Amino acid sequence: MRTRRALTAAACGMALLAAAGCGSSYDDEADAPQDEGGGSQKLTVLIATSGEAETAAVQAAADAYEAESGNTVEVQVAQDMNQQLGQAFAGGEPPDVFYVDSSQFANYAHGGSLYPYGDEITDVDDFSPSLRQSFTYEDQLVCVPKDTSSLGLVVNTGLWQEAGLTEADYPTTWDELSAVAAQLTGGDVTGLVTSNEYQRLGAFMKQAGGWVTDETQTEVTAASPENTEALEFVQGMLADGSMRFAADVDAGWAGEAFGKGRAAMTIEGSWLAGAMELDFPDIAYTVLPLPEGPAGPGTLAFTNCWGVAQDSAHRESAVELVEFLTQGEQQIAMGEAFGAIPSRQSAAAEYLAAHPEDEAWGASGEGVQGPVTARGFDRVLAQFNTDLESLRTGDPEAILSDLQRYGEAALEENQ
Amino acid sequence: MSRAVETGPRRSRRSGRQGVWGWLFVSPATLVLGLFLLLPILMALWVSLLHWDGQSDPFTGGETDFVGLDNYRELFTRDGLDRTLFATSLRNNAYYVLFFVPLATGLALTLALVVNQRLLRGRGALRTTFYFPSVTSTVAVSTVFLFLFQGSGAVNGVLSWFGMKGPNWFADARGVVWVVLGGLGLVDPDHPSGLLAEHDFLGLSWFEWLSGPSVAMCTLLFLAIWTSSGTFMLIFLAALQDVPRELEEAAALDGVTRRQMLWHVTLPALRPVLFLVLTLALIGSWQVFDMVYVMGQGAPGNTTLTPAFLSYQSGFGEADYGQGAAIAFILFAIILLCTGAQRLLLRERTARTSRKAVR
Repeated sequence: MRTRRALTAAACGMALLAAAGCGSSYDDEADAPQDEGGGSQKLTVLIATSGEAETAAVQAAADAYEAESGNTVEVQVAQDMNQQLGQAFAGGEPPDVFYVDSSQFANYAHGGSLYPYGDEITDVDDFSPSLRQSFTYEDQLVCVPKDTSSLGLVVNTGLWQEAGLTEADYPTTWDELSAVAAQLTGGDVTGLVTSNEYQRLGAFMKQAGGWVTDETQTEVTAASPENTEALEFVQGMLADGSMRFAADVDAGWAGEAFGKGRAAMTIEGSWLAGAMELDFPDIAYTVLPLPEGPAGPGTLAFTNCWGVAQDSAHRESAVELVEFLTQGEQQIAMGEAFGAIPSRQSAAAEYLAAHPEDEAWGASGEGVQGPVTARGFDRVLAQFNTDLESLRTGDPEAILSDLQRYGEAALEENQ
Repeated sequence: MSRAVETGPRRSRRSGRQGVWGWLFVSPATLVLGLFLLLPILMALWVSLLHWDGQSDPFTGGETDFVGLDNYRELFTRDGLDRTLFATSLRNNAYYVLFFVPLATGLALTLALVVNQRLLRGRGALRTTFYFPSVTSTVAVSTVFLFLFQGSGAVNGVLSWFGMKGPNWFADARGVVWVVLGGLGLVDPDHPSGLLAEHDFLGLSWFEWLSGPSVAMCTLLFLAIWTSSGTFMLIFLAALQDVPRELEEAAALDGVTRRQMLWHVTLPALRPVLFLVLTLALIGSWQVFDMVYVMGQGAPGNTTLTPAFLSYQSGFGEADYGQGAAIAFILFAIILLCTGAQRLLLRERTARTSRKAVR
C-alpha cells in the first residue's frame, strides 16, 4: 500500500515537474532582455489580412525595409488573429510587430503586452486625431494606426438613375436620405441596406450629437436624448421598409446585398472597394459623405494599429519597422494596392488628391469618431449589436438604457 | 473466513508485489493521462478562480489576481450582462438537449430496426445512405444548410409550392412556443405582459425562459439530428444483431405480436446500448460548438448561444479566461448531473435484485 502511494506521489511529482518545465518559458522579469548585438536581426510580423492584395502589399513593404535596414522580416498571416495573438502572449513569445484590433487594444495595453512607442515616431501629430485618441492608454499613445477608413454612403449609380434621380438628389440631410431611400425601394431593391451593428448605426448617433462614451472613454453616455433620436430615426426607416438589415435580405454583409443589386445604397468603408472589385466588378457606384444629422456631419473611422510586443527582444528594430511602414510613401503604396486610406493626414491628402472618388472614405477631423476601445466593452457592444437586431420592433430607449447599464458596469470593473 | 485469515499475509505480499509490477506497467499510460488530461483539468480549475487576461503566467504567485469564486458568482448571483448571457445560453442548450436527445435516439432506433429486417431489399444501400450524414464534416454540412435555409433558399422555395411562406430561418429569433401560441391567437409574442414578463430568474424573464428554441435553433436541431442519427443507428444496429435469435424465436412460438416483440424482447435486450446512446447524445448536445461557430455565433438575438460557445468567446474573444474556464466547469457539472440522473432512471432494477439473491 505504501509503495503504491509512493508511486502515485512520484508520478504526480513528475507530471508537475514536466508541467513546470513547460511553463518556464514565461518571462517573469519586468523587462525583456534586448538583443543589441549588432548585425542583422530577425523580426516576425503577424497580420490579419483582408485578402491576397493586402498580404502582398505588406510583404512588399517588408521587403523594402529588409533592403534598407539589413534586418530580415518574416510576415505571417493569422487565421484567427485574437486567438493566435492571445496564445502568443500567454506563451511569452509574441511576434515582434502585429496588427492590434481596436476591440482588443485595451486588453493588451492593460496586460502590459504592448510596448508604447508613440513618442518615438517622427511627426506623430500627423496621424488622425480621433484614431490617436482611440489608441491612447493612460495618456500614452501606445501604437499608431496603420491606415484609416471612415464610413461613407455608397450609391449604386445604375439603380439611382433607374429611379429617376440625379446627382442633385444626393442626400445631405436625414430627411433627404429617408426620402430617396423610399423612392429607391421597390421590387427586390431596398433603398438602404446596412448591418445591425453600432459600427454602422452609430454614425447616426454621432450625427445626432451623441455617442456611446464621452471623448476620453471614461464615462458612458449611451442613454441620451440624442442617441434615442438617432435610433428612432433608424427605426422609422426600418418600419417603412426603406431600410433593412443585411441578414433580412439574405446577405452575409451589406456589401454583398449592395453588389447583388438588392440594395441601392449602403453604409460602408473603403474595404468595400476591394470586395466590389473582387466579386462584383461590373457594378458602378459612387461614394458620398454620410448625410448630416441634427447636430451636423458625423461618421465613424476604423483601423487596426501596429502593435510592438513588450516581450520582443528587438523592440528598437520593431519600432524602426513600424516607422518605415507608416511613412507617407509606404501608406500611399498600400492604398494603391488594396484601397487602405493613409492614416497620416498629409499622406491621406496626397492619396485622395489622386483618388477623388474615395474622398468620403478618407474623412478625418471634426465629426469623425474612432472606435470604442475601453476595456471590457467588447461584450457590452456585442450585446448592443444583438439588441439592435430587433430595433424595428424594439424600444430604442430600453436598448440604450441596457447599454448604459452594462457599459457602466464594465467601466467600473476597470477601476 | 478462517481460510482467509490463514492465507492473508502470503496473499497480500504477493498481491503487493503484483501491485508494484502493475503500477510499473501502467505507469506510461498513467503519466500520459495525468499529464495531458488530469493536469490540464486541474490547471483550468485554478484558472477559473483567477481574473486572468492571458498575458501573464497564471501559475506563479504575485502576478496572478486570485478572485476566489468571483467568476462563478458573476454567472449566478450578480445581476449583469454576464449572468444574462449565461442564463440565455443555458436556456438555449436545455431546449436543444430536450429536443435532440429523444428525437435523435428515436430516429436512430427506428432506422436501425428498419435496416435490420432480414427481408428488406437493398439493406446495404440503405445503411450507407443513413450513415452518410455522419461521415461528412459538420462544418461543411453547416455551410450547406446556411444556403438551404436562406430567406430565398431551397427550403423556402419548396414551402412556397404548398403556398406556405417560410421564415428567414437564420435571422428569426422568435421562440417556437410563442410563435405557435401567437399563431393560435392565445398570446401576443411581441408584447409580453402579466406574470410571465414581470418575474425573472437569473436575469431572464419567465417569458424568455419558456420561449422554446428559436426558429434559428430549430434549424440547428434539424441539422444535428440528421447528422448524428446515423452514428447512433450504427450502434443500435450492432446491438440488434447481438439479440439472440432463440429469444425472438421463443417469443414467436408464444405467439407475440410485432409490437409486443419490440417492447418485451428487443428493447429490454437493447437497454445497455440505449443507455450508451442516450449518454453520448446527452454529452454531445451539451457541448455543441462547431455548428454554432459556423452558423451564427449566437445570432440571432443570442438564441443560438450555447455555454460551450460562450466559454470560447469569453476566453479567446474577450480575454476573460477565468470566466471561460468557470463556464466550462459548470458545463462539466451539468453533464455529470444529467448522466447520473439518467443512470439512476435506466438502472436494471430486477437484474440487480436477482444478482444479489444469487450471491
